[in-house]
Amino acid sequence: AAALKYSPNRMAIDEDKTPLKDVTGYNNFYEFGTDKGDPALYAKMMKTRPWTVTVAGLCEKTGQYGIDDLIRRFPLEERIYRMRCVEAWSMVIPWVGFPLAKLIKALEPTSQAKYVAFQTLRDPRQMPGQRSDILDWPYQEALRLDEALNPLTLMAVGLYGQTLPNQNGAPIRLVTPWKYGFKGIKSIVRIQFTANRPKTSWNILAPREYGFYGNVNPDVDHPRWSQAKERRIGEFFRRKTLPFNGYGDQVAGLYRGLDARTLY
Amino acid sequence: MARATGTMARRIESGLIWLLCVMPLLILAGQGLTDGLTANPVEYVLRALGVWALRFLCVTLAIGLIARFGLWRRAMVYRRRIGLWAFAYVCLHLTTYILVDQALDWPGIVKDIVKRPYITIGMAAFILLIPLAVTSVNKVRRAMRPRHWLWLHRLVYLIAVLGVAHYYLLVKADHRDPILYGVVILALLGVRLIPRRRGAIK
Repeated sequence: AAALKYSPNRMAIDEDKTPLKDVTGYNNFYEFGTDKGDPALYAKMMKTRPWTVTVAGLCEKTGQYGIDDLIRRFPLEERIYRMRCVEAWSMVIPWVGFPLAKLIKALEPTSQAKYVAFQTLRDPRQMPGQRSDILDWPYQEALRLDEALNPLTLMAVGLYGQTLPNQNGAPIRLVTPWKYGFKGIKSIVRIQFTANRPKTSWNILAPREYGFYGNVNPDVDHPRWSQAKERRIGEFFRRKTLPFNGYGDQVAGLYRGLDARTLY
Repeated sequence: MARATGTMARRIESGLIWLLCVMPLLILAGQGLTDGLTANPVEYVLRALGVWALRFLCVTLAIGLIARFGLWRRAMVYRRRIGLWAFAYVCLHLTTYILVDQALDWPGIVKDIVKRPYITIGMAAFILLIPLAVTSVNKVRRAMRPRHWLWLHRLVYLIAVLGVAHYYLLVKADHRDPILYGVVILALLGVRLIPRRRGAIK
């Protein structure tokens, strides 16, 4: 990992950060295996340079973008965010990145663009987990355009002041702190603007369990377990889960008029 | 003299089997002391105890067959003990869930049992195991008709299947492990259904 230059956090929360060792040693990245220790063991196999992000669909500035050009183009800032996994555990992570809104404005989406879709690298030689059909590879995720433009939505390229470790989604990943972690797609190679709602990986696998929105909601259980509480990594007992993971002030307006119970 | 060494050998054998049965707990304790329980130790221990319960159930099921096919007849001597260890791991798994994972949140636990099929099934497996554990005590066993006792203890196959279902339903996407246990248990049950040769050891 190399040090990054970034401006200090403007959205700090008064909660203890999860130690780096846990952020990098315990997470889901099924491209490298389904055990939470697998990403740390096997993600070294992934080459993150050279790396290009393809921009396609309903925007003016389609094309190929080199990762280092992207990182240089937008000023980096630190964001300390809660991360709530759909499996009912959580962390507090100091990301470094730039708001997705800045990138989207630079790409000039057309007026028909309503959604932004993302894809992860697909390469079973570098990603041994892709040799099993656990998910429909490549991993894909998407946001409504207004969600993508929300100031909270971050394209992260680092954590704890250093470039992203491979297992956390190097070289560039999405962070949407009011949504369950599976929305935060890692190691992005493609961004596409669309008019219709794109398909998303976990929703394809089990639509009753993982919705398109994936908003953190303690009142809507996962069909197989409760979402009312979570275990913060490093804590012994569960704590209460907050609506929108505690970011309701910033994002609840996006869903006004929609039934919160359909937003899982 | 020969008898004395025989007794000694059996004591060592018995001690070794006892040691193998507590080994998973020793490993967990060792991992606990060396920061080896992952970033989410509660989840890790809960899962490990459950998986060991399933493994001990599989071994218990396998012992009858090992003895029946003459591979190691004396294995039968240890079947009850290993079966009771399976029950012990189930109890530890359940205790961890109630005391630590749910922190004695009884309304939450009751809701879990009613609403979550995997917990309903796991709890059913636990309750079904209780009469098996109780009737494994020699006094109780002798008080029962052998036919009834055998019938009751065949429930262990149903319990093992419920255990696998409990595991399968909790996994998000990668079902390879629960399927593996399911195949092992169905294979053991399948072999069990092959009719015995006449005069074979019971």
